[in-house]
Amino acid sequence: MMLLPCPWCGPRNCTEFTYGGDAGARRPQNPDALTDEEWASYVYLRDNPRGPHDELWQHSAGCRRWIRVRRDTLTHDVIEAAPAGARSAG
Amino acid sequence: MRYSILTLARNALSYHENWPRAWRSPAPRPEYDVVIIGGGGHGLATAYYLARNHGITNVAVLEKGYLGGGNTGRNTTIVRSNYYLDANAHFYEHSLKLWEGLSADLNFNVMFSQRGVLNLAHSYADLDAYARRGNAMRLNGTDAELLTREEVQRMVPLLDCSETARYPVIGGLLQRRGGTARHDAVAWGYARGADARGVDIIQQCEVVGLRRSGNRIEGIETTRGHIRAKKIGLAVAGHSGHLAAMAGLRLPIETHVLQALVSEPVKPILDTVVTSGAVHFYVSQSDKGEIVMGGDLDGYNSYGQRSNLPPIEHVIQSLIALFPCFSRLRMLRTWGGVMDMSMDGSPVIGRTPVENLYVNCGWCYGGFKATPASGWCFAHTIANDAPHPLNAAYTLDRYTLGRTLDEKGGGPFPWVH
Repeated sequence: MMLLPCPWCGPRNCTEFTYGGDAGARRPQNPDALTDEEWASYVYLRDNPRGPHDELWQHSAGCRRWIRVRRDTLTHDVIEAAPAGARSAG
Repeated sequence: MRYSILTLARNALSYHENWPRAWRSPAPRPEYDVVIIGGGGHGLATAYYLARNHGITNVAVLEKGYLGGGNTGRNTTIVRSNYYLDANAHFYEHSLKLWEGLSADLNFNVMFSQRGVLNLAHSYADLDAYARRGNAMRLNGTDAELLTREEVQRMVPLLDCSETARYPVIGGLLQRRGGTARHDAVAWGYARGADARGVDIIQQCEVVGLRRSGNRIEGIETTRGHIRAKKIGLAVAGHSGHLAAMAGLRLPIETHVLQALVSEPVKPILDTVVTSGAVHFYVSQSDKGEIVMGGDLDGYNSYGQRSNLPPIEHVIQSLIALFPCFSRLRMLRTWGGVMDMSMDGSPVIGRTPVENLYVNCGWCYGGFKATPASGWCFAHTIANDAPHPLNAAYTLDRYTLGRTLDEKGGGPFPWVH
């Protein structure tokens, strides 16, 4: 069973969380100024790395806060977890 | 060597100890006209149809492990063409037609068994949606039958269709021409057919880099040396994003793990494929007698080709709720495969912004049934630098152009498909 370290609740079962996807996809400040390619890139394209991946999770069956997790997609090891919104050191 | 009753009889006389190898294991040559990366069903089918349909035989298939050791050997072998959108309906129907003649075409028994695929309706909304889908299928020339609860119960006596069932069954949509096939045999049959036409199948050869020069891929770095190719086709399923990144491309793909499991083998008891979209569950019985079942994705990005417990628990709960008689079956084996989940749930077969790089990906959890048509269309696209009419809608630029093919109307969330 994969455990995720919630900064508020400690290590909890991943079934308590809702996956929020790639944390690297940032909504553009001014969508009207984008070309179709730039908008499609934001909406559809992903780095999809095999290895460390920054992603969002909501502790929906716990404290209901959003967290940002750096997790290895090959080994499922959690490298770092922090409250969402707090910028990662990397 | 052509397999026949005569070769079988001749080899029986020598106790089946003198069968020739079904394909060669050549060392890679320095250059090919076409290199296909990925020796699963799709890659091998592509090589086969390049040779068979287009006469292109200076081809290599590179496989990092062994043939069919990825998703080809990890899927649950279901074949169907019950799609709603026109582009998908025509593509998968062509695939099903190829399946119907595949064993004869390959001279290799892929054990295609048209035992039917039955989708259960658990609510009137389900039933309406299935009626709509079934009508669309019939308009596109595919077989579909809407069943009442009584007809479902007659067809699958083990299914709990009672009033008090946890998931009440009120009807179903049946595609009788759907069914199952032997997944390993599909890889082996295509490998043998491609090899016989001169294709080099190179196993234990992992691609570690793509050398890009301007808008072309000049060469492929592999664990067995440097290989040049005029054209390169990617058919690597869950690893599509990983390989595309080597060429400097990002794809509308996320890689997720999907699990399946089988029970101990039992005598023939379930003679069709039963699926439930509402419960996220499907089950069939293999020719070996195992009850084969699966459910939904784990739900987060993963390249880990292994299983995790929560989805297995869900699958078992669904099995017992729908088929109470299976409660005492013991589970034999679980495994996971990594899926190339596309952002609209439909595949990509086409050219890329890199001139001589072609991509075949985005199969989500439905790649196995597509194997013949995928190879057919990918070979056509590579040979002609233009898509076949059947994959004309499966372009990579459809996301930018707003022409996504979203069967469920779910929006750009790869893990919902």
